[in-house]
Amino acid sequence: MEIFHNLIFGFGVALSMQNLIYCFIGVLVGTLIGVLPGIGPLATIAMLLPLTYNVPPVAALIMLAGIYYGAMYGGSTTSILVNLPGETASVITCLDGYQMARQGRAGVALAISAIGSFFAGTVCTLILALFGPPLANMALKFGSPEYFSLMLMGLITAAVLAHGDMLKSLAMVALGLILGIVGSDVDSGIKRFCFDFYELADGIGFVVIAVGLFAIGEIISNLSDPEERVVFTSKVGSLYPTKQDLKQSFGPFMRGTFLGAFFGVLPGTTPAIASFGSYMVEKKIARDPSRFGRGAIEGVAAPEAANNADAQCKFIPMLTLGIPASGVMALMLGALMIHGITPGPGVMTQKPDLFWGLIASMWIGNLMLVVLNLPLVGMWVSLLKVPYRLLFPAIMVFSAIGIYSTNNVSFDVYLAAIFGILGITWRVLGCNPVPMLLGFVLGPMMEENLRRSLQVSDGDPSVFVTRPISLAFILVAALILIVMVLPAVRAGRDDITG
Amino acid sequence: MGVRITMTRNVFTPVPTFPRQGGRSSKDYRMKLQLLKTKDFWAGVMLIAIGAAAMIISQDYRFGSALRMGPGFFPTILGGILIVFGLAIMAVGVRRGEKIQEKVSLRALILLPLSLVLFGELMKHAGFVPALVALVFVSAAASREFKLKEVVLLMLVLTVAAVALFIWGLGLPYPLIKGF
Repeated sequence: MEIFHNLIFGFGVALSMQNLIYCFIGVLVGTLIGVLPGIGPLATIAMLLPLTYNVPPVAALIMLAGIYYGAMYGGSTTSILVNLPGETASVITCLDGYQMARQGRAGVALAISAIGSFFAGTVCTLILALFGPPLANMALKFGSPEYFSLMLMGLITAAVLAHGDMLKSLAMVALGLILGIVGSDVDSGIKRFCFDFYELADGIGFVVIAVGLFAIGEIISNLSDPEERVVFTSKVGSLYPTKQDLKQSFGPFMRGTFLGAFFGVLPGTTPAIASFGSYMVEKKIARDPSRFGRGAIEGVAAPEAANNADAQCKFIPMLTLGIPASGVMALMLGALMIHGITPGPGVMTQKPDLFWGLIASMWIGNLMLVVLNLPLVGMWVSLLKVPYRLLFPAIMVFSAIGIYSTNNVSFDVYLAAIFGILGITWRVLGCNPVPMLLGFVLGPMMEENLRRSLQVSDGDPSVFVTRPISLAFILVAALILIVMVLPAVRAGRDDITG
Repeated sequence: MGVRITMTRNVFTPVPTFPRQGGRSSKDYRMKLQLLKTKDFWAGVMLIAIGAAAMIISQDYRFGSALRMGPGFFPTILGGILIVFGLAIMAVGVRRGEKIQEKVSLRALILLPLSLVLFGELMKHAGFVPALVALVFVSAAASREFKLKEVVLLMLVLTVAAVALFIWGLGLPYPLIKGF
């Protein structure tokens, strides 16, 4: 029954006026950028992070989280109405969602997508509330070796499951770890890799790297490959699904949610994988698979539930263990650190208002999305008509001010420009920057835990395999690596991750 | 799939993989030229260079021992790991020969970073408003669809909006124009 006390406490926090307003702003901004192709949640959260410096950490996290799941939601709106996925997670929704729209059932598709997201959101709120505390309690007993192995496992899994070349992703993790330790060494006080720039003494700014790679790099990439955006708006039609629609959707909701939740806690997977996987499942078990691609309601219900479940369950490892399972979660960890909170299992005991308030806010935010968005669909679609050439200078303005305002030094802005160039270079070379970001966040913590582990063990590296929990993490990491090298699995991985 | 690919090019966009190139060229020099066009070759070069740089710079930091890790310990090992990965990626690349496909707009590659540098310099010397004006104008010029009238209007709107939101709304302490 403790869980109910905790949830009630969380709702008490989330329902304060200030937190409600930030939650609302978050889901609104999230929906907006979800609708707009060319800007994703990663870039937006990075840009807006500096605006939350003066806000209490709970409100800041609530808003940033709102942007994230709001974007998942907005992305599917445009998938259905105009066959234009705002986010890659909703690419799969185009298949049947747009077909439904063409059959005059756009309203039903939107409603099913909203209900599916809400259903998944509710289940995942409960999952988070149920499994969060025991996970964090277990993690509180971890020593340095366990932590080091856990991070190693998280990073390896993330690299292996991320899309793109596996070797390159692993290399990018190592590169991120190096970038992460730039600045003063906590142990010796020596400034490492600072090249006499005093601005680097505190390390490379989190916002600098994220905005540089994911906002500026993205813009360069988008401008390099302009594509016309033609918008054919379908009529929305009735928003009310029939009983038959709901009955058909219930199974897909359940399966999508649990598949999404499963993928959600795995590091490195994106919501796109969850939604794609759940679509495939529905198609496999359908009595008449040929309906898929022609407006099957299951083809909307399952992926929509799955991508929302995935997005929400990504918070589990972040909040309870301090391990970022995706780029956005790395940003959330960064937001915690900026507010002076050490990520890890301690968050729940030391900052229960943050933990439970955030969980409760996600449920409230999902409800807001349903209430807010269905009537506003027309407005969101008209936003699509804003041409990219007017949009990207606005992104530049937010990026530049966001970076500058962090430390009030121009140096950071120049550094972001460099990371923008690096971002496009890596894209051209097929190197995924997300694993790098994860390594970057974990770099200092990994070094510290490695140092402490080796101190405890008198310099004996076998400590990582003689302690059972640590050994388990190492074995899982090794297993994932070995499995992924097998040719058959590899082919399957390429199918899923692209 | 019947999905129309859109201009969404965020990080989640799957990187397309291309089938292996056909039979190897019999001529050695042609193979070398081919190699210079591949993604993997340059990715490897980059990683090896960064790894080597990290290892060399780390020589200045005490390496210590496993028992007492010095500040040079972790970066030296990571640098080594990067070099190993770089070599492996190159080796795979020789076999796979996946060519660089993506085109990059030189205009955007130069103008966008430039607009940020201008913003930084003008923030130091001229104030918030000139910095914004330069940022919007130069970055807008990065698009091939640049239209002067439209950009001037956009500049006005964004500058006013940014001043209203950041200076008046959030109270950031930057002078609008220095000297006034």
